[in-house]
Amino acid sequence: MKFITEFRRADLAEGLISQIHRRSQTPVRFMEFCGGHTVTIFRYGIRQILPSTIEMVSGPGCPICVTANADLDKAIALAHVPDVIIATFGDMIKVPGSRSSLQQAKADGADVRMVYSTMDAIKMAEENPTKSVIFLGIGFETTAPTIAASVLQAEDKRIRNYYVLSLHKLCPPVIRAILDSGEVKLHGLICPGHVSAIIGSHPWEFIARDYGIPCVVSGFEPLDILQCVDMLVDQIEIGESKVEIAYRRGVRPEGNQQALKLMAQVFEPCPATWRGIGEVTDSGLKIRKEYQHFDAELAFDFDPGLPYEPSGCICGDILRGVKTPFDCQLFAKACTPQYPVGPCMVSSEGSCAACYHYGRDFEG
Amino acid sequence: MKDRILLAHGSGGRLAHELVEKSFLQAFTNPILAKLDDSAVFDFSGRLAFTTDSYVISPIFFPGGDIGKLAVCGTVNDLAMSGAQPLYLSLSFIIEEGLPQSELGQIVDSIQNTAKEAGVKIATGDTKVVNRGSADKLFINTAGIGIIPQRVDISGSNATPGDRVLLSGPIGDHGIAVLSQREGLRFSTQLESDCAPLNSLVAEMLEASPNIHCLRDPTRGGLATTLNELAKQSKVSIRIEEEKVPVREEVLAACEMLGFDPLYIANEGKLVAILSAEDADKVLKAMRENPYGKDASIIGEVRAEHPGRVVMKTCLGASRIVDMLVGDPLPRIC
Amino acid sequence: MCLAIPALIKSIEGKEAEAEIGGIIRRVSLWLTPEAEVGDYVLVHTGYAINVLDQEEAEETLRLLEEIAEIGGDEG
Repeated sequence: MKFITEFRRADLAEGLISQIHRRSQTPVRFMEFCGGHTVTIFRYGIRQILPSTIEMVSGPGCPICVTANADLDKAIALAHVPDVIIATFGDMIKVPGSRSSLQQAKADGADVRMVYSTMDAIKMAEENPTKSVIFLGIGFETTAPTIAASVLQAEDKRIRNYYVLSLHKLCPPVIRAILDSGEVKLHGLICPGHVSAIIGSHPWEFIARDYGIPCVVSGFEPLDILQCVDMLVDQIEIGESKVEIAYRRGVRPEGNQQALKLMAQVFEPCPATWRGIGEVTDSGLKIRKEYQHFDAELAFDFDPGLPYEPSGCICGDILRGVKTPFDCQLFAKACTPQYPVGPCMVSSEGSCAACYHYGRDFEG
Repeated sequence: MKDRILLAHGSGGRLAHELVEKSFLQAFTNPILAKLDDSAVFDFSGRLAFTTDSYVISPIFFPGGDIGKLAVCGTVNDLAMSGAQPLYLSLSFIIEEGLPQSELGQIVDSIQNTAKEAGVKIATGDTKVVNRGSADKLFINTAGIGIIPQRVDISGSNATPGDRVLLSGPIGDHGIAVLSQREGLRFSTQLESDCAPLNSLVAEMLEASPNIHCLRDPTRGGLATTLNELAKQSKVSIRIEEEKVPVREEVLAACEMLGFDPLYIANEGKLVAILSAEDADKVLKAMRENPYGKDASIIGEVRAEHPGRVVMKTCLGASRIVDMLVGDPLPRIC
Repeated sequence: MCLAIPALIKSIEGKEAEAEIGGIIRRVSLWLTPEAEVGDYVLVHTGYAINVLDQEEAEETLRLLEEIAEIGGDEG
């Protein structure tokens, strides 16, 4: 596959790995923010082949993992409203909320359907005029523009039974919150590749400027991650801190202006609660007044109940990079992909799921 | 409704007899079935392999096959994986009221063609028809009997450290072909299910070397699950190399798009063989001479340490665990 | 969740395109990339093209990585 297979070449990986080993002298801790990066790192065994000077830690870049129980409970409550179809990306279906999950709601008779795209959800609304289709808006800046586009399409086509529950989140504010908390000392940040395809590289500049931390925007193939680590090591060893783009084929410094325009047309920033982190200012997206007739929170009468977090689950600590899955008492024992307790194990991009599938100690 | 299956077709009366005589007997001509006795009776001596399976795949027609072909191949392959020569199948239909007769006819033809290729006979059968909504168009249950040649001793617990692991061809075709039908994925050249009877391939492999320790077809759960099962049963570890496992570009692309891993996608015409290292090349050569093994390769080896584990060397040279499948990425695929 | 794959645009109809990924043909929305043309590679995320891939930059990156691999070979 073009633009994928070339970036998995073992011979080029070897070159990067030996360069990293040669250059890396200073012990450092790098965080990969994005869940997609976490999966690549575990799937290809990248942690094993980096020198011992480099420690990798995973951040809260899995939008499913960081959705707080209170928000998931809203989705589950909406699923039980009569004549509602919940349209959602696959991963959300199995995530446990305070008392239930969308999968459980479906077993109890709710109409919950998996879609690959908002385009499918719009079609669902057109094909089911007597029902209300509520799209579960989960995702960062990569996904939010697609939901914005769906709202505008629904407006164009005068579709009156399409709604969005906006649980979208923005990345730069939460990274600032993590850095401000001082809980984890970071020396470099692997910036999310497709979020940056939308927002560009400028929004990361505050990290290099205010915190002195090198940032490199990375793609998702193993060579991309290795190249990114190489560039971070380079900055560290020459004492620089700036924002660079390694993923030059996919990211421009100014991002995708059209996507940003549509996003700003439909959404505005609002406070959002991140699992394990709490409320972060301006880190969520709310549907603007002009489009509020698409807002599921306003259109329906529903009661999510009081949120509740299961004891023993340390997803919050793992999301902030303070603990690893191995530090969790429940990991691989009470909490497995088959019987997950927390979202980090359910989501295919959660650190716990990635670690369980690919990175468990052979003795584990 | 003359062209659809009715409840009466399953009730044992005239319509049912007509169905059996016109549709089934004519297609599955053999003296045992033609007797229409309550049981099929035959003489045997030797070790018998005996298997049963049910087929509930949806949709019942998919690129490269249908539920009928799948039922025969699945049963024949289960027998072949014990090293047996498959002989007789039983065939039990549970038909949803309203299934078009033409569709049933197509499936019956498919069963007959596949049975002919595999050299097996349909010795006995049963038909039930259930109310609309109580079955999804058609469910098929089978049982199969085969004879295991004297020197053959194949079992999931026979893998030994030092053995080589062989795979008969690219993985993921069946699952993705079925999914493409369900999800309306279009391919520029249609990807087909690899559904095939493997008994001739196995017979040729056994001729090349009777020292084959394990055989298994990686159906539901894919190659990863099969290797894990073998590793656990034999109390060994299995180490494979990512670059040696063949995957078609379209399968890879579909998996990338939909977030699946080809290692976990079902196959219906592939097998994994574990055998001693000295015979590996001979058996590989025999496999590559059979149309169902032309892309066969050695993908790994068996080790003693970390029993029960399957480990894969990635294209970067680092290793990672290959776990069993958890949950069901593609429901009702067999 | 940020899964996005490179696909080749084969034809365009209004704001939608037919794009090919490794032999699979998909309908893709161009709402976010109105500038995309037939023959372009785009990054597809949940059915939408989120960016046009810069093929020259891709080749440049591979060239750079090949140089690094050569240096490694020399020093190795």
